Amino acid sequence: MALSGADRAAVRALWRKLGGNVGIYATEALERTFCSFPATKTYFPHFDLSPGSAQVKAHGQKVADALTTAVAHLDDLPGALSALGALHAHRLRVDPAHFQLLSHCLLVTLARHYPGDLAPAMHASLHKFLSHVTSALASRYG
Amino acid sequence: MVHFTAEEKAAVISLWARVNVELVGGEVLGRLLVVYPWTQRFFDNFGNLSSESAIMGNPKVKAHGKKVLTSFGNAIKHMDDLKDTFAELSELHCDKLHVDPENFKLLGNMILIVLATHFSKEFTPQTQAAWQKLTTAVANALAHKYH
Repeated sequence: MALSGADRAAVRALWRKLGGNVGIYATEALERTFCSFPATKTYFPHFDLSPGSAQVKAHGQKVADALTTAVAHLDDLPGALSALGALHAHRLRVDPAHFQLLSHCLLVTLARHYPGDLAPAMHASLHKFLSHVTSALASRYG
Repeated sequence: MVHFTAEEKAAVISLWARVNVELVGGEVLGRLLVVYPWTQRFFDNFGNLSSESAIMGNPKVKAHGKKVLTSFGNAIKHMDDLKDTFAELSELHCDKLHVDPENFKLLGNMILIVLATHFSKEFTPQTQAAWQKLTTAVANALAHKYH
């Protein structure tokens, strides 16, 4: 499912709307991932994972910045995310199946905060974008 | 057997009491067909599924969505006994409908997202986790009789 012109336009427009709040939503998505999928916590034994944790917030901002970079490079996601992919594959060694869990929790988070904006077609475009981000990260594995 | 804590059951039941099954059911199935278009393969006789608006407005989609979500309501009444509760439906989906059980997980994801749009305040991480556990357990129960 390639990212169509309409998908790209929709994702860019949504990202403009999210503005400086992407970090807040990415942090919430991380909290939700840890809560719904406890196995994901195994990658953060060195973090304080309690609600409101400064470390989770800082990590949420990192995730947000990476996604914003991705939105700015929709024509070359593998290139833009190459270094991050290598990091997750070879240094952090995160099971790539977990990327989808975070994507899902980000969709839930945005659905909560922007219910009117996440009509089915926007939901589909966002889901596709996140799938492409996930694939780009996973392409550095193996 | 999946064990739900008292808090998890309470989180699910209290939110369920406020769900408009007809409205939410239609939205859930509609979104499944829009976001994962290959799932349309099971609904060739549903008429026009050619666009987002066609799908979301399709009366057969709404009716079937209501049916599916009503069945989910049954799951909530039998959270301690999902495999037996869904045994017959599992056989039906395998032997007659030939539905890939992967689709049950996708539908579960749509339930979560639609609930999030309707219940922003109540859909805390803990509530989401309880619902996540339920949708996974229902998906597994529906897949249980596959052979």
